Amino acid sequence: MAADQDLAVSCRGLLKTYGTGEAMVTALQGVDLDVRQGELMMLVGPSGCGKTTLISVMAGILDQSEGDCRVFGQDLMHLRNHAKLAFRARNIGFVFQAYNLLPTLTAAENVTVPLLINGVGRKEALKKAEQVLEQVGLGTRTRSLPSQLSGGQQQRVAIARAIIHEPRLIVCDEPTSALDHETGHKVMELLKGIAMGRDRTLVIVTHDARIFEFADRIAEMDDGRVTRVVTNSSQLH
Amino acid sequence: MYRIALKMLMGDRGKYLGIIMGLTFASLIMTQQPAIFVGLIMRSYSFITDLGLPDIWVMDPEVQWVDDIKPLQDTELYRVRGVAGVAWAMPLYKGLLKARLPNGMFQTCIVVGLDDATLVGGPPRMVEGRLADLRRADAVIIDIDGAREKLSQPPAVPGGKRVELKVGDTLELNDHRAVVVGFSKNTRTILSQPVLYTTYSRAKQFAPRERKMLSFILAKAASDESLAAVTRRIGATTGLAAYSREEFMGVTFRYFLKNTGIPINFGVSVMLGFIVGAAIAGQTFYSFTRENLRQFGVLKAMGTSNWMLLRMILLQATLVGMIGYGLGVGLTSLFGWAMRNTILAFKFPWYLLLFSGIGVTLICAFAALISIRRVIRLEPAVVFKS
Repeated sequence: MAADQDLAVSCRGLLKTYGTGEAMVTALQGVDLDVRQGELMMLVGPSGCGKTTLISVMAGILDQSEGDCRVFGQDLMHLRNHAKLAFRARNIGFVFQAYNLLPTLTAAENVTVPLLINGVGRKEALKKAEQVLEQVGLGTRTRSLPSQLSGGQQQRVAIARAIIHEPRLIVCDEPTSALDHETGHKVMELLKGIAMGRDRTLVIVTHDARIFEFADRIAEMDDGRVTRVVTNSSQLH
Repeated sequence: MYRIALKMLMGDRGKYLGIIMGLTFASLIMTQQPAIFVGLIMRSYSFITDLGLPDIWVMDPEVQWVDDIKPLQDTELYRVRGVAGVAWAMPLYKGLLKARLPNGMFQTCIVVGLDDATLVGGPPRMVEGRLADLRRADAVIIDIDGAREKLSQPPAVPGGKRVELKVGDTLELNDHRAVVVGFSKNTRTILSQPVLYTTYSRAKQFAPRERKMLSFILAKAASDESLAAVTRRIGATTGLAAYSREEFMGVTFRYFLKNTGIPINFGVSVMLGFIVGAAIAGQTFYSFTRENLRQFGVLKAMGTSNWMLLRMILLQATLVGMIGYGLGVGLTSLFGWAMRNTILAFKFPWYLLLFSGIGVTLICAFAALISIRRVIRLEPAVVFKS
């Protein structure tokens, strides 16, 4: 087991329920999982097994019902709201399945959002956004609207947005499921190359077996629990 | 972040324009209709405001407004003149008489009879001729709008211009000859009837004989006396009603508010404008926010505080509010300008801008509030739902 200071995320006995009474649904029932700093961890499992709930708790956008989840040693659930917001703004990057780019902003403007939230001035943020877009191969599309970009390009903009503020943890929800094999592969190479370049931690929720090869470790989930953690996708079968 | 808020708003052209249209409509109705109402109300007491010289109006205590004439005996004039503090007091006749036009048609006119010697109570501005010309035989002065409209004669040829009255033309008032000696510019009255000025003694000849003919007594307080004290003293001494000009305007205004359906009709219009504007703008703004919930969720997930989101929505509401308000007020002003030479009553005082501004602010606050509520309660985890 890694030492605590090497852990990006440490979850112990995580329980998460939605609703009350007979309508109560248990999404997580006692998850124990560690994610090391600099690691690319994938969460896999059938639909409804609790993967998305788990990364939501890790990202600090959802509070667990019971248990303990520490992100870089910080117990997010017990942080005051503004401190939690500030922690998220500084330390977490997001990549979504549906990209979730703001449709009325250009690619560069979309990428600036995390910097603006962190109080960086617009000009400076735009300058940095152009540099990061250059890094993800979209240097010529900085002024394009999301609707003018292909799915792969939009996901690359989303990746640029996730890394521009240099977060320590990036959570990705099905980043390749809306993309064809080749584009998905490229996106994963990009994520692995750029995001991991500075010792960042990635937690990726995916169904896409084609990208398992990029993972350092894979946590398989079922029925709200982590059933096993493997280092090689072949061990899953 | 504010720039993002504005881009989000303006990016959805259809909704952006829809909200602005709703607010423009509300702002237009909330200024245009009250402006017509104020115009009408001001016309209701225009006869009082047009008479600048006297500062006290004395009348029968039962008079309810300026056109509610309850004649007095001529002797009341001398009683008022005898009240301490009254510098001067003059008689004024005001009545409705039918004028027979040269073509044989009849038109009801307001006939005003002024003190023969001083002509106190004359029109505010002469357009042609002089007030003193009233001293000529059978002389009348007519307001120019009445001369051009209701007292004009049909065109000589079909499709031609109506023939306006001119100086020297004659009319018949109750079988008495009346000669036009001049034209005045008056504020229109509420019924837009032509106003004919003549002398008090001649007005009494024109009017059907009655025991009492004196409509009002116009008085002036001595320069060293307070207006309020003199009006009180006139009332106490003579048993008549004595009002300052402002008080008499207020009496007339209150009569209109209480006894006519005009305020209710305009009030309903304004209320409808407010409700329809609020419904369109509020619903569209809410719909805009609802469609952007995912975007707000993304911002929230990335660390944007509720306070910042609230300010972003308020900025959006303020922007559309200002544009809608400006367009509405601008359209009202344009309407007023286009109608300036017509019979339409229209007055656009500063307080209507304030009134409409408050209305639009309330609509925007309502629209923003229901949107903010939704965004504040939004769980950022919504961003992971595909």
